[in-house]
Amino acid sequence: MTTTTLAVLVPLLPFLGSAAGLLLGRTAPGFVRPLAVLPTLAAAVLAVLVAFRQGGDEVIDAATQLTPTGSVPIDLSLYIDGFAALVAVLVGVVATCVQVYSTGYLRDDPRYPSYAALVSLFTSAMLLVVYSGDLMVLLVGWEVMGICSYFLVGHYWETPEARAASLKAFLVTKLGDVPFLIGLFALATDAGTFQITGVLGTVASGGLDHPTLIALLLLAGVAGKSAQFPLHTWLPDAMAGPTPVSALIHAATMVAAGIYFTARLLPVFAASAAAMTVLAVMAAITMVGSALAALAQDDIKRVLAYSTIGQLGYMAGALAVGDRGAAVFHLLSHAAFKALLFLAAGAVIHAAGTNSLTAMSRMSGLAKRVPDAYWTMTVALLALAAIPPFAGFFSKEAVLVAAEHTALGERDVAPAGAGWTVLVAGLLTALLTAAYALRLWLRTFRGRGAEAPDHGRQPIAMTSVLWVLAIPSLGFGLTAGYVDDWFDGHALTPTLTTAVLGTGLAAAGAAVTYAVWRTLAARAPVAVPLPHVAHPDADAGSVEAEALHLPHPAEDPADPGRALLGPLHGPAADGFHLDAVYRAAFVRPVLAAASLVRFLDREVVDTYVRAAGDSAKGLGWLVRRAQTGNVQTYLSALLAGSVVLAIAAVALANAVAGA
Amino acid sequence: MHLAYPAVLAALLFCVGLYGVLARRNAILVLMSVELMLNAVNLNLVAFDVWLRDTLHAGQALTLFTIAIAAAEIGIGLAIVLMVHRNQGTSDVDRLRDTAEGPDTPEAPDASDERREPTDEKTEAAA
Repeated sequence: MTTTTLAVLVPLLPFLGSAAGLLLGRTAPGFVRPLAVLPTLAAAVLAVLVAFRQGGDEVIDAATQLTPTGSVPIDLSLYIDGFAALVAVLVGVVATCVQVYSTGYLRDDPRYPSYAALVSLFTSAMLLVVYSGDLMVLLVGWEVMGICSYFLVGHYWETPEARAASLKAFLVTKLGDVPFLIGLFALATDAGTFQITGVLGTVASGGLDHPTLIALLLLAGVAGKSAQFPLHTWLPDAMAGPTPVSALIHAATMVAAGIYFTARLLPVFAASAAAMTVLAVMAAITMVGSALAALAQDDIKRVLAYSTIGQLGYMAGALAVGDRGAAVFHLLSHAAFKALLFLAAGAVIHAAGTNSLTAMSRMSGLAKRVPDAYWTMTVALLALAAIPPFAGFFSKEAVLVAAEHTALGERDVAPAGAGWTVLVAGLLTALLTAAYALRLWLRTFRGRGAEAPDHGRQPIAMTSVLWVLAIPSLGFGLTAGYVDDWFDGHALTPTLTTAVLGTGLAAAGAAVTYAVWRTLAARAPVAVPLPHVAHPDADAGSVEAEALHLPHPAEDPADPGRALLGPLHGPAADGFHLDAVYRAAFVRPVLAAASLVRFLDREVVDTYVRAAGDSAKGLGWLVRRAQTGNVQTYLSALLAGSVVLAIAAVALANAVAGA
Repeated sequence: MHLAYPAVLAALLFCVGLYGVLARRNAILVLMSVELMLNAVNLNLVAFDVWLRDTLHAGQALTLFTIAIAAAEIGIGLAIVLMVHRNQGTSDVDRLRDTAEGPDTPEAPDASDERREPTDEKTEAAA
């Protein structure tokens, strides 16, 4: 088979698997698991094969036109460069891991068939986004991902949190998608084509008339999808979905789509210095803000969600300084360790029966209950904190190096101000990241108090996946010297200055956190254990769904995050009250407008409608009075009518004759 | 003979019949009144046939038809009255209000009210 055929099969197989899964889910439950895992696995293998054949240098560009679409043609086209090939491999591998993990995680879930089919559909849409060479086809995948995310976040729709979170995720990303769509149209109007190659050609020849406008409109969509400030608020709430969904969608793939899209069209953004500056500021605010918020969260998944936002901020920062190689490199390594973190967190939540860090810090022996999750999570957290030689160190260094080069004027793709912004924010975030990663680890695995509940051994499907993902989290960074051939060719290897600075700051953050934790732990007495779910036989999914209802303790004196943040803790725990701002700025006006419309509809429009109905009814009532059932009355009325008619006819005839 | 006599007679007959149809309570008497009205028409037909000196005597021929149809009609009418009397226990036109509108429930006519007191009806009909 040619490479093009293989590449077409990559998004197609999960799609067919999802369609088959949806059709056969009820009638043939035995096929659901193979239908979920095998197409995704095959797609991953094919993606590896495509990447292998593509080899990083030879761009595969094939297009076919289904039907003429007027002035701007829309083609079904593939455009596979090194970025696309590697990201597709990542998506395939992570999706396969998540599908395998889900077979264990949701093994007793009654809605597993539709869940697995939606995950497959999601994978297919993401692969379409990755491989598509046409912006309109890319948009199709982009939107399918949005709706799949809505369904999957709302998987536990019995809980009001999940329902609200799924709606919020959908609406907030749509808020970005509308400007995104307009931006795509503007871009296609300027470039005269939806083809990515055509657009890049136009940009290279300086044919773009409104680069700033287009770049800012596209940035809105990217911010929505990749959860960048100010449209990031949906991501922490989206943790109401099952943990594998969080791993796949809200850490590894969907949120990476925005970064990937920007990387693909980076010349369009680079054509406007203003857009690059906006992107840099956005990335800086996102990085620092989310790291502070992560330090204050109590829900383990929310910590990871805010950390995802922060890491996406790193990628956006790399793009803002014009180094898409570094951005996609960080995307790849982040996807590996963040998927691992989420999947391990799922195992931890299952074992602890709660998702509250405070509750976990009051039970001991959690590490012994889930040794696989303990070790792999340690690896992933080290990678997250960018400790050498884990993957996160190399990719984060690549970002910082790019920012440093831009700041010092050695690269001129982006303004130097953007470089400084990203560099300072990135270094500050490195400190905070190490702090919250260590806090998460200490609170989860170094708790004191009663023994953790026994939920039995984790299924092999769940634990094996963790080790599979631990390999890239550990070693992917060592490939930094090789993968730059697949990207733009900029060196991705760390330099001494940033490496010392970044690692030093991370070590400082970790040391301070550890010291504070030791002090607080020594001072605070062993607190009473908090409520947690304890069903020894239940599958992890149902434990998590039940744990969603558990209350989070408002105050915990032993929390190092509280001591570290000081007065900032309250706002940070609440996401800096951004939700309240949105509530005041958007939700309240919309609700007020809705109640006005409701009033107009109920009280004004309906009055006319009701009056029409009532008048007909009243007339009917009058006419019904005449229906006495007495034939003779009817006949009398008939006679009277005839007489009147006759008289009228005669009178009229006379009048006519007289005239 | 002047046309006025049969015409006036026919008019009187018709009015008597009309009064009977509109005012009598007994269904059989109503039917008989209908016959009176028919016969008033027949009288008119014959009288005008003679007065117009119609060579085809269309009026007389039509009268024969009317008589035949009236006979059939009265047969069917009497049969209906008989059945109504058997079913309802009365042939009083004023009491036969099955098609009346109920006060507020159009689906349930108040005919059932009438059926609840057949003894009253019989006494009234007898009276």
